[in-house]
Amino acid sequence: MSLFRHSRRRFLQGAAGTAAALSGLLPGRPAFADEVVVGFIYVGSRDDYGYNQAHAQGAAAVKAMAGVKVDEEENVPETEAVEKSMESMINLDGATLLFPTSFGYYNPHVLKMAEKYPKVRFEHCGGLWTPKDPTNAASYFGYIDECQYLSGIVAGHTSKTGKLGFVAAKPIPQVLRNINAFTLGARSANPQAQTQVIFTGDWSMPVKEAEATNSLVDQGVDVVTCHVDGPKTVVETAARRGIWVTGYHCNQSVLAPKAYLTGAEWNWEQLYPKFVKMFMAGEPIPNFYRGGLKEGLVKPSPYGPAVGEAARKQADDAKAKLTAGGFAIFKGPLVDNRGKTVIAAGTQQGQTDPTLEKMDYLVEGVIGSTS
Amino acid sequence: MAAPASAMAALGWWGLPLAVIAGAVRVSTPFLFVSLGECLTERSGRINLGLEGTLVMGAMSGYGVSYLTGSPWLGVLAAGIVGSLFGALHAAFCSLPRVNDIAIGIALMLFGVGLAFYIGKPLIEPQAPILPSIELAWWSRVPQLREALRINVLFLIGIVLAPFLLWALKHTRWGLILRTAGESADAALALGYSVNLIRLAATMAGGVLAGIGGSFLSLYYPGNWNERLSSGQGITAVALVIFARWDPMLCFWASILFGGAGALGPALQSLGFSEGYYLFNAAPYILTLLIMIITCSRRRTLIGAPAELSITR
Repeated sequence: MSLFRHSRRRFLQGAAGTAAALSGLLPGRPAFADEVVVGFIYVGSRDDYGYNQAHAQGAAAVKAMAGVKVDEEENVPETEAVEKSMESMINLDGATLLFPTSFGYYNPHVLKMAEKYPKVRFEHCGGLWTPKDPTNAASYFGYIDECQYLSGIVAGHTSKTGKLGFVAAKPIPQVLRNINAFTLGARSANPQAQTQVIFTGDWSMPVKEAEATNSLVDQGVDVVTCHVDGPKTVVETAARRGIWVTGYHCNQSVLAPKAYLTGAEWNWEQLYPKFVKMFMAGEPIPNFYRGGLKEGLVKPSPYGPAVGEAARKQADDAKAKLTAGGFAIFKGPLVDNRGKTVIAAGTQQGQTDPTLEKMDYLVEGVIGSTS
Repeated sequence: MAAPASAMAALGWWGLPLAVIAGAVRVSTPFLFVSLGECLTERSGRINLGLEGTLVMGAMSGYGVSYLTGSPWLGVLAAGIVGSLFGALHAAFCSLPRVNDIAIGIALMLFGVGLAFYIGKPLIEPQAPILPSIELAWWSRVPQLREALRINVLFLIGIVLAPFLLWALKHTRWGLILRTAGESADAALALGYSVNLIRLAATMAGGVLAGIGGSFLSLYYPGNWNERLSSGQGITAVALVIFARWDPMLCFWASILFGGAGALGPALQSLGFSEGYYLFNAAPYILTLLIMIITCSRRRTLIGAPAELSITR
């Protein structure tokens, strides 16, 4: 329904633009000059038990800070609509720090706006900032694949059939990295385990996600996980079908207390206040910021009742190693599911390796295709 | 917790038709209810494009009432009532002189969707009790078959409703009056019937069905409330009525076909046939285009179109 979204903002913006053009003045900053306005833009609903809720929890932590005003807009599609949202936050509300949180916002929308508004800081989640991009744009992201690896270990131990399911939105590098990490984790627990992937085609398609989960269960899958914006449908459908599930983005254990094993969660409420504090103090924020368990950007959900002792032990060990740093999930020899060697024997790609963010393959043990 | 591995053994390629049929049964109900409702409304001579809004409002209000009262059936009832109100609103506007029913429909669609998103904000998080299902294949030891034949009562009501509406339109006095209003408002007037009242009743009945269709989405499958829940199913169902040539039984088959085509993408991928899933996911729409093209003719207008509809007039 994005076509018909009500657009008070855009109307006001148009009206303000006209007024500005008439008077020859650009709308100024708001009255309270010492108050920093921080804008958050979400691609979906704030309480979706998923991607957007994780960011909104971060925004709520920023809201609690003194001298900060938070501006939020939900359901902004990854089109020119986000440019208009950003412009209205900048021109009408006087925002000087923006968090456009969806992957597809970055190129070209955030980059375009960063060039147009050099004094505004754009902190984008998930993009791949390069030195060629404007210096007032930046990208941050968490290595949530570390938690997916832990979920994989738990799933591999818990599954009786050795068949795991992954409901994914689109075959972009971040999603593929999660699928691969989950599968590598599972195969470290059970070398015979396989992950069946279903791509639904978009970030939020509840009916298709329910269909995908049901199809997976019908094929004998008994642990399912996902990478979609709102995992509620997948978690509930899995619980209704009597299989296990590992969560994503947020803790969904209340939705399925018995079926929920563990999950990969964001920890933005730790990062965002830090960024805002640095911004207010005038300290430079890195243009390219990444972190995982070690930096506290991600965290696993507490184990559910079905997780056995062996699973807990192996996952806890792996977590300790990842938190200490130096442990590589992606290391050679690594073969993709078409038999091609993607990482040669003897080499390893540490979590900070940017080649991992261009991942375009599915590892051996994944049933599925990237196109 | 999970079924034993032996019983869960995959069916291989036999799983595909089973998965598609199961998907058709699960996914088709909202299409069925909305298209049956729209069929009634259009047979009375009016198009209600607002059913997407009615569907979303039905989904939201059904979920909300089920959450607050603990009874999903009260939710279905509430969804029907809300649907009838939206139908009445459409009919009331359209009874004014020189008002275009299509424009009002679009306005009500936006209104319904916007209102549902607005009121429904606090309903995204909580879990409401959902409708029970009937297991028709309790005798089978194949879990996939049992799952495929786990059917919701609303779907069964839909199965009964389609032939009933067909019969009622053809063989009852009410059906005749409705069709008269749809074919020639002048004839209905000459017979002493109020065309506006007939259309009010038909649009309200259509709204009830669309609202119930929406409650199926939120209260059974996928069984929660969020803003992407419908993703255009109401509009698709309105288009299905044209595709089904204003025939309730054809509406039923069209809904099943659409549900099955929608299940094809996930089903094929779950069987490991994963190349080109974007194409499979587009299957319902390709299918519609194909059938539209095949059944079109330059020599005649649409067969079965009520003569009073603003698209045919």
